[in-house]
Amino acid sequence: MGKVIVVTSGKGGVGKTTSSAALGAALAQNGEKVVVVDFDVGLRNLDLVMGAERRVVYDLVNVIQGEAKLTQALIRDKRLESLYLLPASQTRDKDNLTADGVEKVIAALKKSFDWVICDSPAGIERGATLAMRHADIAIVVTNPEVSSVRDSDRIIGLLDSKTLKAENGERMEKHLLLTRYDPVRAERGDMLKVDDVLEILSIPLLGIIPESMDVLRASNLGSPVTLADGRSAPAVAYFDAVRRLRGETLAVAVPGEKRGFFGKFFGRKAA
Amino acid sequence: MNLRRFFSRSQSAPAARERLQVLLAHERASAGGSDLVTKLRDEILRVISKHMQIDDDKVTVRMERGPQVSTLAVDVEIPFDADKKAA
Repeated sequence: MGKVIVVTSGKGGVGKTTSSAALGAALAQNGEKVVVVDFDVGLRNLDLVMGAERRVVYDLVNVIQGEAKLTQALIRDKRLESLYLLPASQTRDKDNLTADGVEKVIAALKKSFDWVICDSPAGIERGATLAMRHADIAIVVTNPEVSSVRDSDRIIGLLDSKTLKAENGERMEKHLLLTRYDPVRAERGDMLKVDDVLEILSIPLLGIIPESMDVLRASNLGSPVTLADGRSAPAVAYFDAVRRLRGETLAVAVPGEKRGFFGKFFGRKAA
Repeated sequence: MNLRRFFSRSQSAPAARERLQVLLAHERASAGGSDLVTKLRDEILRVISKHMQIDDDKVTVRMERGPQVSTLAVDVEIPFDADKKAA
């Protein structure tokens, strides 16, 4: 049985879709079988970020409405053969996403994939709550900025109350992914510090993704950043995040922070 | 950042522009319900289902939307006794 991850944030534009694509690709690059599901019905973008926008035939709503089989709607990545995409519908209303339908699709995907990554829409409406509903693990994407941290806190509350895990009295595994981290602004003291965000949200840190031209470049080209340039700083950060997801213990490096010899050994505790 | 890598890179914005133009042209067309490729896909499948029971697992549909030309490939496995089971 595969694991279901929801990539969520509350706030828009923080990097959910970029992170879903990058984490999905990085897992697939590690030999895992991965499907990334776009839950943003009406405003899909995962297909564009993953470079599959010209090949969308059917979508999640088609599958839920019984107009297409799941296998027909899945799009296999052209570069990684164990990476698949299930696009959202661009034209249908989001009311077409039914709780029953989503449950069936997720159950079927869990059977044939190691990882099912649900890319949540922004907000706390139907799309977002259905994306998180069946998750085993939640990745909360946050920018070091007040409104993003506030929205993440709200989402953490929903993860602990509105998910199946929460309703069954189980604990939802939550990880913080700090994105668009700008070392220069952090150095100037104009950005929330990593420790501040961690203290406020008090969930373990999965990784810090630096603000980078490489991310923009990768979406311009329609390629997850871990594939577009695997040696770039954000790609390395995503690869490390994936190692932590797979259970490795690995210190999280803060971009731009100079560490001494001892700092390397006694680094920040990872998720 | 490695300097050699920096200089060897080509610009990514033209690629973004081209991808968006193709995508939006197709999306604007389909918003009015006149996306030819989608129409063809649905009608072809309807015609096939008139003559035989379509087993969803035996049908593969692939589309590739290009700037000048789009392709639609409908792959249908027709069983030997399909006509006897026609719906």
